[in-house]
Parts: sequence; structure tokens; C-alpha cells
Amino acid sequence: MTDLADRRQMAYIAAQAADARVNVELEAEGMNLNIGPQHPATHGTLRIVVQLDGEQVIAADPMMGYMHRGYEKLSEVRTYPQVTTLINRIDWLGSFANEVPFILGAEQLMEIEAPPRARWIRTVLFELARIANLTLFLGDMGVQLGAVTPVFYAFRDREYIVNQIEAVTGGRFHPNFDRIGGLKDDLPAGWIADTKVALGEIRDFCDQMEDLLVGNEIFEARTRGIGVIPADVGLSYGLSGANIRGSGVDWDLRRDSPVGQGQGLAYNEVDWKVWTHPDGDSFARYWVRLQEVRESCRIVEQLLDGLPSGPIMAKVPRIIKVPAGEAYVATENPLGVMGYYIISQGGLEPFRVKIRSASFSNMSITPWLLKGAYVPDVITILASLYFILGDIDR
Amino acid sequence: MGLVESGKVPKGLTKLLNMSRKYSLWMYQWGLACCAIEMGAAIGSPRYDAMRLGVIPLPASPRQSDLLIVAGTVCDKTAPVVRRLYEQMPEPKYVISMGSCANCGGPYWDSYSVTKGVDQIIPVDVYVPGCPPRPEALLEGIVLLQELIQNEDMAEKWKGDPLAIS
Repeated sequence: MTDLADRRQMAYIAAQAADARVNVELEAEGMNLNIGPQHPATHGTLRIVVQLDGEQVIAADPMMGYMHRGYEKLSEVRTYPQVTTLINRIDWLGSFANEVPFILGAEQLMEIEAPPRARWIRTVLFELARIANLTLFLGDMGVQLGAVTPVFYAFRDREYIVNQIEAVTGGRFHPNFDRIGGLKDDLPAGWIADTKVALGEIRDFCDQMEDLLVGNEIFEARTRGIGVIPADVGLSYGLSGANIRGSGVDWDLRRDSPVGQGQGLAYNEVDWKVWTHPDGDSFARYWVRLQEVRESCRIVEQLLDGLPSGPIMAKVPRIIKVPAGEAYVATENPLGVMGYYIISQGGLEPFRVKIRSASFSNMSITPWLLKGAYVPDVITILASLYFILGDIDR
Repeated sequence: MGLVESGKVPKGLTKLLNMSRKYSLWMYQWGLACCAIEMGAAIGSPRYDAMRLGVIPLPASPRQSDLLIVAGTVCDKTAPVVRRLYEQMPEPKYVISMGSCANCGGPYWDSYSVTKGVDQIIPVDVYVPGCPPRPEALLEGIVLLQELIQNEDMAEKWKGDPLAIS
């Protein structure tokens, strides 16, 4: 009696389970997973709608615009010195780097050249901005993969660089220090020695990251071979910065453009090297950025040793009016190539500013890259592409 | 809890309750823009370390949190999301608006896509000025909020609004 009842019950459960399985299969095929807009892995408010087949992504659709603040339109109603205040906030981790291409573009239109000392200090601050930006990435990549310690180290050691930037410019985050024709102020006394100490701390931090993450079994398993970007695909999507150098393309505007080579920034004066990695996976992108931070430390040290003396400001009219014309200047920012296309009609304000930001182009590869990836790898890929929402949406 | 509903909470008990509430704030960090990094420095870096003030960051969901920190520019597209997150939080809940953008629009005061002040959509308890505020400024804001909580009268807060516990 009980046997019979049990068997009936078992049959009933099996039938239910079969039904459930069918239902799951039917639903899972078109299951949508909504990542963001509030998700720690999205560095702000990025929203990605992912269509899943079980654990596998069949389609990914990034939705942008949650951080759109209208820089291009606002630039049209700000005077040239006021625009730098605004564009500081595009890539908020490396703020000084945002100002430089805009100022260089305006200088090109006005046919002014900054004195050598200003160019050198600009390059120093540009590299410090890169270090401040990329150190956070080095720690953040760990936290995205489940290792919480690196991000604490990153915040701790980033303070040294942020303090040095603050000592010169007065702002921890947004320096607003670059002027058309030079810089606002000279370096304070004793700054060079302090900066060298800070760079030593950053070097130690890089070694620590290498010890903690590179070679770590979990980290390697989760990044090696994940999110592989072949060089030709990366180039066709307009990738730049460490994302394309991680795919083996040896391209860096600091070396390959006249702006980096003396016409604005002083990279031609120092001995440094562009790092690339042939693999093109998430690990390669991490590794390239790790080496870039070390290389930046080297650049800054050499620049500080050979800092020329002289004025820091060229002769510039009190009221800045930029003659009519067009200029496009792009530099190698921490996240990739950032360029400003400035159209002037001879007024106090630019007529139109088009901002080519690195993250927007780097982001455009995600639908291609996420196809076929597994859900945990989505986070790895997004973290390793390293975008900043202000830089995507502007 | 019947005491709270009837509005007859003894003073000592209120004090004790408030003290325990103010030192166990679960903080939901809604990091939107630049301020998110300074907030990260305040909670994640050993130099500032907000946790020593009794603020616990990174809850799993807004439904477990008492304090919402809106750090950064609230755009018109984000505003409904912020509102929805706030509605998911259980009472009693507090809001700190961090940075000029969340306070009043900041440098984007004339932008077409930025909400000029998060206080248009949710009530704000403490405003922290700055662009972005230093981590110390956020800590000061948290201390001010804790003072506010300490001096709160529970009976006054829920007068005519019975507390439903199910």
C-alpha cells in the first residue's frame, strides 16, 4: 500500500520536474539579464542588457546616456578659460589629461607656443594624472574578480600622487591648472623631492600588485583567454590606449604624434618605451597597464631631473579671443586617445567642440566581445576594458 | 514598538535607541560621478576609513540599508532610478547629498540633461558641498547626520503614522 503510494508520488514528482525543465528551457532561451545602471562592475551608471542562453551570452546591448551631461553643448556657452573647468570632469580619474588636448588645440588656433618649462611641467602632470587613473584600475580589477585587498592598497597608494597633484594645483581631483600659453603657477618649493618619494611608493605598489595578482591561480584562470580582441577587430572598432596595445598593436600618440613629440608635450626629451602584449585577452590589458604605470614613473623622474628653467607663461592677451579656424588635437590619455575638434568663429567662446573620448570607442566593442562569453566573464571583460562613465557619455 | 506608536517612548529609551541607530548605519552608496571616487576613498582607503564612525558600506541591496549617499551628477535619465532605489529602502531612512552636482546641479547648472539637485526627487537630510568634496567633508557630513539622528524624537517622527510591523 505504502509502496504503491510512494511510486505514484515519485511518478508525480518526476512529471512535475520534467514540466519544470521544459519551462526552464523555454524561458531561459530568451532570458534577459539587466546589468546596471547601479552595479559595482559598471564604474558608474552603465546599463547592459544581456540576453542569456543558460550561462552563455547570446547578445549584449549596452545602453548609455545615464551620465550624459552635455559637455559639447555647454562648451558653446563658456569662454575658453571656462571650458577647462568643465572638461576636467570628463574622465574624472585623470582630470589634468583632459585639459591638455583642448588647450593645445586653442594654442594652435591662436598660434601661441608655451615656453619649454611649461611644456615639461605639463608632461609631468599629464603622467601623474595617468598614474592616479591607472593605479585605481590595478586595484579595481582585483575587486571585480573577488579579491578585495588590492583596492584598499590602490586607494592607499593613490593618495600619494593625489597629494602631489594637490600641492601644485590646489585640487585633489580637478586641477584646472592648464592655461592657454602656459600654466597657472610654477611648482612649489620642495615639490620635486616629495614627488620622487611618492613615485617610490607607486613603484612599491606595482610590485605588490604583481605579487598579489599576476601569477595568482584564480586571477590567471579568470583573465587568461577571456575577452580576446584580435588586433584587426580592435582597430576596426576604434579601440585605443592599453586596450589596443594589449592586442599587440604598437601605437601610442605620445610617441607617434607631433603633439607628444615636442609640440606641446615633451616626450621626445626622455627615454621611455611603449609596452605591448601579444595575447589580446583581459590579462594582457591588465599587464600592459601595470607596465605603463611603471613607465610613467620613469618618465616623470627623468623629466623632473632635467626640468628647464625659465618662464611658465607665454605672452597672452588678457581677454582671450581665438581667431576663426578649426583644429583637431588628440593626445594619449590614460584611457586611450582623446581628441578635441574645435571650431572657432573668432569669438570668446568656441563655436563648436566635438569631443572624441576614448571610453566611448572602447565601449563600442562590447556587443561583439560579450557574444559567447559566460556571465562571470562579462564582469572580467567590462573591468579589463576599463572605461569611465563620464568619458563614455560626456 | 507599541510604545512608539502610542507616542509614549520614555526619554532614556529614545536616547538608547537613537544611539544604537546612529552607530549602525548601513550605507547604500549610489556613486554616480567624480564624487564616487572620493566616497570610495572615504570608505575604502585606510587613511579615512568611514567604518570607524559606525557606517557600514556595501550592503547587498537597498532593502538592507538605512542611509543613501547620492554622490555625483543626477541626470534626467538617472533620476527615476534614484527615486526607485530610495523607495525600496525601509524606514527610517536618511539621505546625504554629496557634491555640488547632487546639491544643485553644480557646474552643469545650465545643462539640458542634468537634474538640478537631487532634492527635487527625494528628501535630503545633509548636503555636503564641494566639487568633489574631500573625503573628510563626507565624514563631517556623516557626523552631522549622526547628531541629527541622536536628537531625533521617535514619537514625533511617526506621529499619526502607525508603524506597521508584519
